[in-house]
Amino acid sequence: MDAIASPVVATGLVKQFGDFTAVAGIDVEVAPGEAFGFLGPNGAGKTSTMRMIGCVSPPTSGSLRIFGLDPVADGRQIRARMGVVPQLDQLDNELTVMENLVIYGRYFDISRSDVKAKAKELLEFVQLTEKAGSKVDPLSGGQKRRVSIARSLINDPDLLLLDEPTTGLDPQARHVLWDRLYQLKERGATQVITTHFMDEAEQLCDRLVVMDGGLIVAEGSPQGLIAEHVRREVLEVRFGYGRNIEMMPAVDGVGDRIEVLPDRLLIYTDDGDASLSELHRRQIVPESALVRRSSLEDVFLKLTGRTLVE
Amino acid sequence: MSVTLNPAAHTRIVPAVVFDIKRPQRMVERSIMVARRSWMVLLSGFFEPFFYLLSIRIGLSALVGDVEVGGELVPYDQFVAPGLMAASAMNGAVFDSTMNVFFKLKHSKLYDAVLTTPMSAGDVALGEIAWAVLRGALYSTAFMLAMWALGMVQSPWIVLSVPICVLIGFSFAAIGMALTTFMRSWEDFEYVPAITLPLFLFSATFYPVSQYGDWAWLVQLSPLYHGVVLVRASNLGEWSPALIGHAVVLVVLAVVGATVASRRIERLLLT
Repeated sequence: MDAIASPVVATGLVKQFGDFTAVAGIDVEVAPGEAFGFLGPNGAGKTSTMRMIGCVSPPTSGSLRIFGLDPVADGRQIRARMGVVPQLDQLDNELTVMENLVIYGRYFDISRSDVKAKAKELLEFVQLTEKAGSKVDPLSGGQKRRVSIARSLINDPDLLLLDEPTTGLDPQARHVLWDRLYQLKERGATQVITTHFMDEAEQLCDRLVVMDGGLIVAEGSPQGLIAEHVRREVLEVRFGYGRNIEMMPAVDGVGDRIEVLPDRLLIYTDDGDASLSELHRRQIVPESALVRRSSLEDVFLKLTGRTLVE
Repeated sequence: MSVTLNPAAHTRIVPAVVFDIKRPQRMVERSIMVARRSWMVLLSGFFEPFFYLLSIRIGLSALVGDVEVGGELVPYDQFVAPGLMAASAMNGAVFDSTMNVFFKLKHSKLYDAVLTTPMSAGDVALGEIAWAVLRGALYSTAFMLAMWALGMVQSPWIVLSVPICVLIGFSFAAIGMALTTFMRSWEDFEYVPAITLPLFLFSATFYPVSQYGDWAWLVQLSPLYHGVVLVRASNLGEWSPALIGHAVVLVVLAVVGATVASRRIERLLLT
């Protein structure tokens, strides 16, 4: 077991629930210190994958090694080195914030005095020191998620699993959380993150895989994926609901590739402003036009024909 | 060449979950953290049996007179008190291991969170059962003190009634928790009193098993009956080898219940 070996290696990993195949055979390798993302819509198989990595769900077939160990046989040892932030906060509602961290540390067999000191330090890190004595229920969604993150760090994990870390949070709370996760990454903790937000994947992940229907449809760095699959910029034009498809022939050739959505046309191009000028030259006047940088959302749309958040 | 133990060889005799029990005391530690804030309920643990026994002493005892146990006449209140003590051990354990466990299993997702740590399903099951048992031990002690305060204690052997009630609590908590893992919704809990009430009424709690005549064998099927016999023996200070059989029934139930509960938690949560 080489300490520098990849924390997560999956080959042909499959998870089935009865007739339903949640994960249909994926190959993944996460490097030490890396922030690795699973991007995909709901039902793509991200959470099932996370649960297998978290050793709380035995793989149906294929091979999975965490820290070089087998999650079924050595689950206890693996979980001792891992921190988990679940999709829905599973905080202990009968205890205070501080007690939540303390008892969680005790589950890891950390001594009472050590865990208290560590809990204090972590509450400071997530800026919740003043909430230490509060019960969990009155906290806001963002605060609860920060408690979950603090709790997941109680054992100084070598690997941190974050399942949809900012789903349901307001933009400000998301940025606070991203900032903390970025600090953790700088300290060298390996992170595995699932998300269906492309901006989150771009912010947090060094490398990611795009999942759809239980399979990996693309893999790379956020910038790499964009460069590989779509043009640099997007010209978004709206001609009114339902009329967009009619306008397809008229805008043909303005950009490199056109994607039709019910409410707008996406024109992929290297120079959005130039494409917009070309539209004007053709005397095509959309209801609205917007030039933006291409994102992972566009990559996903190209690869699957669907948007991430329906 | 090194010799390695094949774990599969063990599992044929002892279930694998039993090998995976390492720190159930952490679950107990959590329960103590929660209970610290509500220690006052322990007081009710004394006064509830106290009032119960007092009312029997005042009313029923005079009406009923003496009851014959093993050829010996015993005042009714001294006869019925051990029965009630055993029944209260059952009720406390059942309550702790059904409603409370169901809530943590299905609603608060407590066990999901615990299982992401090095804790195992066996740790969770045994820890929760142990907590129900510990609480039961406190209540049983309170019950014994209430009996003593009302002069219903016949023999110093009554101190053994507390460990006996712990065994009763363990059996019922284990069975209760195992059954809880099969419950789908709160409605299913309607079945709990449908089982515990007849056990409470028909386990020779209020009158000797001889009253059943030819049907006395049926009472043997009640786990509580075996507990009642043991507590009653401790109050009278009369021990016989037959009591071992009664204790064995409770031990078997405890082991079966704890094993089923661990396995079911594993199957429900580790999918």
